[in-house]
Amino acid sequence: MSLTTAHSVVAPSTNSKRIAGVLVVGYALISIVPLLWIFATSFKTPPDSIAYPPKIVFQPSIEGYCNLFTTRTRQTPEYINSLGPATGFCDETVRKRNMVIAGPSNFLPRFVNSLIIAFGSTFCAVFLGTLSAYGFSRFKVPLADDLLFFILSTRMMPPIAVAIPIYLMYRELGLSDTALGMILLYTAVNVSLAVWLLKGFIDEIPREYEEAAMIDGYTRLQAFWRTVLPQATTGIAATAIFCLIFAWNEYAFAALLTSGTAQTAPPFIPTIIGEGGQDWPAVAAGTTIFLVPILVFTILLRKQLLRGITFGAVRK
Amino acid sequence: MAEIRVQNLRKAFGEFVAVQDSNFVVEDGEFFVMLGPSGCGKTTTLRMIAGLELPTGGKILLGGEDVTMRRARERDIAFVFQLFALYPHMNVRKNIGFPLLAQGMASAEIRARVEETAKLLRIDHLLDKSVSGLAGGDRQRVALGRAIVRRPKCFLMDEPLGTLDTEFRDLMVHELRELHNRIHATTVYVTHDQMEAMSMADKIAVMNHGVIEQFGTPREIYDRPATMFVADFIGSPPMNFLRFGGGLARGVKEIVVQGAKVTVPEVREDVAPADMALGIRPEHIRFDDASKLRGAIYGTEYLGTTQIVAVETSDGIIKARVPAGIHLNPGEQVGLALSSARLSLFEKGSGRAVRTAMHDQAVEARHG
Repeated sequence: MSLTTAHSVVAPSTNSKRIAGVLVVGYALISIVPLLWIFATSFKTPPDSIAYPPKIVFQPSIEGYCNLFTTRTRQTPEYINSLGPATGFCDETVRKRNMVIAGPSNFLPRFVNSLIIAFGSTFCAVFLGTLSAYGFSRFKVPLADDLLFFILSTRMMPPIAVAIPIYLMYRELGLSDTALGMILLYTAVNVSLAVWLLKGFIDEIPREYEEAAMIDGYTRLQAFWRTVLPQATTGIAATAIFCLIFAWNEYAFAALLTSGTAQTAPPFIPTIIGEGGQDWPAVAAGTTIFLVPILVFTILLRKQLLRGITFGAVRK
Repeated sequence: MAEIRVQNLRKAFGEFVAVQDSNFVVEDGEFFVMLGPSGCGKTTTLRMIAGLELPTGGKILLGGEDVTMRRARERDIAFVFQLFALYPHMNVRKNIGFPLLAQGMASAEIRARVEETAKLLRIDHLLDKSVSGLAGGDRQRVALGRAIVRRPKCFLMDEPLGTLDTEFRDLMVHELRELHNRIHATTVYVTHDQMEAMSMADKIAVMNHGVIEQFGTPREIYDRPATMFVADFIGSPPMNFLRFGGGLARGVKEIVVQGAKVTVPEVREDVAPADMALGIRPEHIRFDDASKLRGAIYGTEYLGTTQIVAVETSDGIIKARVPAGIHLNPGEQVGLALSSARLSLFEKGSGRAVRTAMHDQAVEARHG
């Protein structure tokens, strides 16, 4: 059936589509300019990065990335000349600034920490969230409404309100500056979101599916695994993205509770500024790399993410 | 296949009693229909037989074995849901084979059994399709396939045709009955649609407010309704009721309704004076000017071979089914003649049918 033959009262008119298009493109540009600026800065040389007026066209350089991954020491030209030929591009660039590479920087281990903590806590939150959401959705849980409200209430205050108690508690428990401690903390914060989001998704899956499977000879757990989970993947993926974005971006707790071995990328990146002048390209390079995992994850799961955002807007 | 025996089955959800002391037997190979309005407890009864709900009291015996408290998966039954519950992430073949997979059957055997079942249901050309693209009737066939493939002790169906449109529904009613005639599976079928019940069932239980009002063959239920509820629920249009007063005594053959004498089947029990009702099926009314029971034509519904005529009497509107050829004008006065042998008598307070000569043959039939 074609809708073009008649004027539809519900379909948007060409004019309103145009206005919507302009607004969306405008908003997209405003949001994306800072990102593009960071991306461009990461490929500038330090003098270019602080040039005034700012340079839109410039000679790209990976000096920022070299500086991000290394620590350097300043040396006399005589000493630098006495060294053998430069071993690579980074070596060469650094020597031009009268410095030599002293060793790898902490960025890589901090980045790995971020990966472990964000993905670990996302997995835990979604795992626990799925099971509890299923329980709340399918069983008569005593005081279910109160419990759900209690779970939700953990999000009713800014996390920083509990920062000091958690700091003291973690110190006593020996969880300060450990990946385990951060995973537990982020899981605790995210699990409420996961339970509420996933309960909605699981409520939408008719219980006939599990009942059919249980009559057909499966245990409840098998029925859950084989019939509910495959249909809840959209919801699980959407929930996972939300949890991951939170855990990946979280700054306050990370800054407070991690300082060394378990430090994540967000509190680490600003510290780059201090090491050898205002090294904006290195900071920009760190930020750019920091954006990549979440970008990839979001692009892979964009359909589910959209479904998660518009969830409940349209009922079948 | 097996017989299902339900004894004093009861289910309460808190204060609300969904099923009250139900008793019935579904014989081996029988097509049994539970019929009633929504909320009457028919689905709850079915779910208790399936093991999806646990009863508050009573017993369920499946092939002589007490399964009352057993888990659904240990009962060896198959269930067809109203929404079919086909797994959207599996194709038709996997859906039908899913119960066999639970039994740990070898994949070659699953394949053979699934294909055999699909042939039986004439859906073998759909096996590798996704279930989401199927038409309503085909979805229903796949759901049936998933039930049949396991060769269970019995089939339970919860309004399986409820979501189909009329055209498909008529087709599926026919197919379901035909399938039953071929495989003779003990079947419990729940519906609120009397047409489905009447055309498919060997036996029907009519339920209302958690109580089985009547249990019998479609013919018994239509011809000799045990209660006014059954009389009113079955038939389209339903049975007409005319008030009359006074008691009844054994041997009475005539009653007085609206001043007219009406011959009824001989009464077989004494009934203390109370409000009574005379029940007449619309097709058991003829127009006869000699009759003292009179009314005015209120309106007609033309149905092709017959017409439904609404007649306004001093006791409200009653409906008659008469040949379409008779021409009637609204407002016209007519006399109503009733087929004496087919009339039912009810006690209005309890709604219970009074035993009459009409019930004699039923007793003979049941014992003979």
